[in-house]
Amino acid sequence: MTDWLGPAEWDALRLSLRVSAVATLASLPLALLVAHALARWRFPGHGLLNGLVHLPLVLPPVVTGYLLLLTFGRRGWVGQTLDEWFSLVFAFRWTGAALAAAVMAFPLMVRAIRLSVEAVDPRLEAAAGSLGASRPWVWLTITLPLIAPGVIAGAVLAFAKAMGEFGATITFVSNIPGQTQTLPSAIYSFLQVPGGETQAGRLVLVSVAVAMTALVLSEWLARRAARRVAGR
Amino acid sequence: MSVSVALRHDFGSFSADLAFEAQPGVTVLFGPSGSGKSTVLNAVAGLLRPGEARIAVGDTVLTDTARGIFVAPHRRRLGIIFQDGRLFPHLSVRQNLRYGRWFAPQGTRAPEAAIIEMLGIGALLDRAPATLSGGERQRVAIGRALLSGPRLILADEPLSALDEDRKAEILPYLERLRDELRVPMLYVSHAPAEVARIATTVVRLERGRVAGIGPAAEMLADPATAGPGREAGAVIVARIVAHHPDGVTELSASGLPLFLPTLTAMPGARLRLRIAAADVMLARGRPEGISALNLLPGTVETLRETGDVVLVRLATTAGPILSRVTRRSVRQLGIAPGAALTAIVKSLSHAPEDVGTPTPEKETKP
Repeated sequence: MTDWLGPAEWDALRLSLRVSAVATLASLPLALLVAHALARWRFPGHGLLNGLVHLPLVLPPVVTGYLLLLTFGRRGWVGQTLDEWFSLVFAFRWTGAALAAAVMAFPLMVRAIRLSVEAVDPRLEAAAGSLGASRPWVWLTITLPLIAPGVIAGAVLAFAKAMGEFGATITFVSNIPGQTQTLPSAIYSFLQVPGGETQAGRLVLVSVAVAMTALVLSEWLARRAARRVAGR
Repeated sequence: MSVSVALRHDFGSFSADLAFEAQPGVTVLFGPSGSGKSTVLNAVAGLLRPGEARIAVGDTVLTDTARGIFVAPHRRRLGIIFQDGRLFPHLSVRQNLRYGRWFAPQGTRAPEAAIIEMLGIGALLDRAPATLSGGERQRVAIGRALLSGPRLILADEPLSALDEDRKAEILPYLERLRDELRVPMLYVSHAPAEVARIATTVVRLERGRVAGIGPAAEMLADPATAGPGREAGAVIVARIVAHHPDGVTELSASGLPLFLPTLTAMPGARLRLRIAAADVMLARGRPEGISALNLLPGTVETLRETGDVVLVRLATTAGPILSRVTRRSVRQLGIAPGAALTAIVKSLSHAPEDVGTPTPEKETKP
């Protein structure tokens, strides 16, 4: 098995898994917040927030990547501040790849969670309140378990999207083997050199396998959670 | 523990301006939709901030706009029984029941085993809410509200989503709750039969105002409360005297004998009897040779005419009784306030549902 993939290919797979996992987990809390805000709260700028969240879905990925480079690059105003205050650098690092993947996958995650939040009966939350539960407790004991299937579905979808993210990543953090060369970037690189088709082909198989596994796993988890929520 | 409510709130198209004191027991807020029942309940629950209000349970002030007091809904310690049960679908019956206990302060915990036994839900504990029948679900909802150790129970038409059989299943539990637990209850209803069984006090609401308040028997026999509908009826309290071998139970309502087909309760037990106004005929003098067993002499107090029917309130020694008659009968019999008449109550017309369990006596200890 180890021989089947070369070290460069292993690097790409490992990096992709890490980038996608970090992107998914790190954006999950923000996605929960934004999904609640969009589903439940009425505030000025509601439409603007909605548009902003969905922007990466409709913008050319290259544009998203370039905008990330402008803001989070070494000279970008956010990137500079983060570097000075937290020594957190995104440009041309795997962290930047994770950021790009997170931004690209964010709309999908928010949409899935928002739909499940909208499906929660607020009267159940009111009932929990009447039994003495404060807002945070109501959220933890009633809302969260009820939206769990949507959260899981959204997270897995985001993970799969992050695994396949290419355009914004390569624009923002380039394609450095071992640093920022994720699976799609590696496949792209192999296809650029003569005789790289076999290596590319192996990575394509790996991509398909990872994506399938993620989908099957999410289906199974979501169905389990839905069964629990429906109380059967 | 008594509950005092005073509130003023303007909804634009509708305004509420009312005040009442609820004595211990079950206080039924009674009135047509749009009369302000839900407004009162929401204000007490803290789900509505009235423009002006003072709401207190015993010594605890929950809302006082004059002093800027507004206790958050989840700190009010009220057990709300919702129309639709609202059990948490992802929790088992046991977890639903215990939900409120997590948040109840020490020393306010209700006796779990006793309440589960009282509601007959011991066998359901490990079930999921989705697998329960409507009646079972509502019993669990009642238990959940009780187990949170509430100061006051708010019941928002808890039976209206159930069919007649399920209502008959739940009512005895609500009666036991009233008689055994002694937690005060505000109960919203527009069904006179339900009110007749459960109410200690009735607050009649009309267009956001209190139109009347008083003991259940008094209020239900008030033609203004009873309304012109077929469901109008008075309530009297009677004690079982004896079971006769020919299939008749003899009761005594303040000395007046009443007869019903054999009841299961023991002699000495006190019962609430609901006498539907449509089941009461009126006669001058004491009629002879009729099959009805229950003849109650009395004096006409008031008449209330609605369309072609007249609701006559008759004062008897057993308490006030309502009779629903036609205008023509009123004219032919010369029914007017002060007239002496006999109310003929068909004994068979008492439906079992309308025969309540013993009402609480001041002297009986729980």
